[in-house]
Amino acid sequence: MDKTINQKAWFLVLPVFAVVAFSAILPLMTVVNYSMQDTFGNNQFFWNGVGWFKELLDPSTDLGGRFLASLGRNLLFSAIILAIEVPLGIVVALSMPREGWTVAVCLVILALPLLIPWNVVGTIWQIFGRPDIGLLGYTLNTLGIDYNYVSNEFDAWATVIVMDVWHWTSLVALLCYAGLKSIPDAYYQAAQIDGASRWAVFKAIQLPKMNRVLLIAVLLRFMDSFMIYTEPFVVTGGGPGNSTTFVSIELVKIALGQFDLGKAAALSLVYNLIILIVCWVFYTVMTNAGVERPAKKGGA
Amino acid sequence: MARIDLVDLAHSYGGNAAPPESFALKPVTMTWRQGGAYALLGPSGCGKTTLLNLISGIVTPSRGKILFDGADITPLSTQKRNIAQVFQFPVIYDTMTVGQNLAFPLKNRGVPKAEVDARVKQIADLLDLTPYLGRKATRLTADAKQKISLGRGLVRSDVAAVLFDEPLTVIDPELKWQLRSKLKALHRELDLTMIYVTHDQTEALTFADTVVVMHDGRVVQSGTPAELFDKPAHTFVGYFIGSPGMNIVPAAVSGHEARVDGHTIGLHRNYGVLPAGTKIEIGVRPEFLHVAAPASGLLSAMIERIDDLGRARFARVRVGDEKFSARMPPGFSVPDNMVGLVFDPAHVHVYADSRLVEGVA
Repeated sequence: MDKTINQKAWFLVLPVFAVVAFSAILPLMTVVNYSMQDTFGNNQFFWNGVGWFKELLDPSTDLGGRFLASLGRNLLFSAIILAIEVPLGIVVALSMPREGWTVAVCLVILALPLLIPWNVVGTIWQIFGRPDIGLLGYTLNTLGIDYNYVSNEFDAWATVIVMDVWHWTSLVALLCYAGLKSIPDAYYQAAQIDGASRWAVFKAIQLPKMNRVLLIAVLLRFMDSFMIYTEPFVVTGGGPGNSTTFVSIELVKIALGQFDLGKAAALSLVYNLIILIVCWVFYTVMTNAGVERPAKKGGA
Repeated sequence: MARIDLVDLAHSYGGNAAPPESFALKPVTMTWRQGGAYALLGPSGCGKTTLLNLISGIVTPSRGKILFDGADITPLSTQKRNIAQVFQFPVIYDTMTVGQNLAFPLKNRGVPKAEVDARVKQIADLLDLTPYLGRKATRLTADAKQKISLGRGLVRSDVAAVLFDEPLTVIDPELKWQLRSKLKALHRELDLTMIYVTHDQTEALTFADTVVVMHDGRVVQSGTPAELFDKPAHTFVGYFIGSPGMNIVPAAVSGHEARVDGHTIGLHRNYGVLPAGTKIEIGVRPEFLHVAAPASGLLSAMIERIDDLGRARFARVRVGDEKFSARMPPGFSVPDNMVGLVFDPAHVHVYADSRLVEGVA
């Protein structure tokens, strides 16, 4: 079959190409450009090759040490909030009513934290946790628990994690709820007739049907938590010490605090690459999870 | 395995206080024999699925009782009743293999593994699923999936009854025949009570020993296919079963005679004097009414259309305002569309307010 060749089609692609070039490709290339150079201000740049990248991956240098430490903290943070938010979101979705006016009430309540701007979330928790005037901090201290997120690393972590769980579990719950709603009643009736227990219903029907939305939920939550900046910055400012300094906070310190554009550019490229790779791995693993494997046990 | 008795069973989705006419299932009392093959036949919305869901326990009745072997099981949940049900659309547990799907109802009830394996193997053999036992169930065709659903319904040997809710809706026509005869064979093989809901009379008549016809929430007749054909207890059964359906026309009946459009038709039985104020009709199946050349003793009619069904031809004729379907004898042709109708008196039935009136021989 002959393909119709029509060069005019380029004109249709052109506007998108121009927009993407200005919004994504040019800025990205600028970052690539910076990452190869060093500057001492005054708009003077010096060629540095892959020097920054070498330093970045070497824990004995200042840049590498700070980067790898913040990366470790960030991965730990993402792992903890995923481990809490995904199961919790599923439980919330399962315990939501399936019909009636209470559905609307539940949805609105769940959506509320998602609608609050991130820096406001941070401010809310910053005040909420203060031992002198915050409801949470004051109550805990009155109860005899020495809670102070400004001076205690564990308290700072706990505050940031609880804040993220409060802010984002709703998203997982709403996605799971949508997945659950799409299961036809006949499945539940058949499971009843087959004598399935509550756990068997969850394992055989609900979880497999939620597979797709869970994949999306995990991806979104990983990316967001790995790029988290605003909320911990507002609450702890990365402290005490460097204990809650995540990669994005470190990046901003280097880029805007020290004005080390070369180091910051190299860091953000590596940061970007990590996010891409992890998402790709997640996606591949989870989409292949449902694919038929050669049967190991044969029949029943 | 059990005898199932329905005692004054009725259900309304609007609750017990709803007006009696709005009940999805009007009060019914009947018995389902152990080991029988039943079909529940009726048009959409006649209450047959409601009746099925009442027996399986998915729906709790507003009124009345259900007995399995004499024991009242009305308050029991679906899990505790010993019932299997197959739904209209295939229900497959996606993450399991075909074999695991079939074993699921047995495993949930703690049946020993050896027994589960033996039973799964037997059912898979009967349904030709053996080659697929180790495969994931998600990727199979719709009819293979429905076979798995059927298999899950049949796999338990101790069930009181297996209920089928229009299970062949999603199956291709030529496979329908195969699966239906398979079900029939399974019924003989497994000695299970089976109740099969359908709106397709061919399915009902070929599957069941006893066909229960429902109309507007009521059981209007329950009998063998031959009984439903020869002696419909209700005008609805008359025209719902048979193709084309029974001719039902208003008539005046007294003694051995019915008068239609001023013409007298002889009847096989004596009906005496029927109560005044009721709507009297006679019904005759097109198979027992044929057209002939116009003659003085025959009800004369005008042919409007001829349907050639292959195995037989039926003429649509008009007498006054009434329309009839009548068999056309092979080779019969008419010059001017005017014919006479010949009734077979043994097969003319009389209905008062839609219900069959038994005459005296």
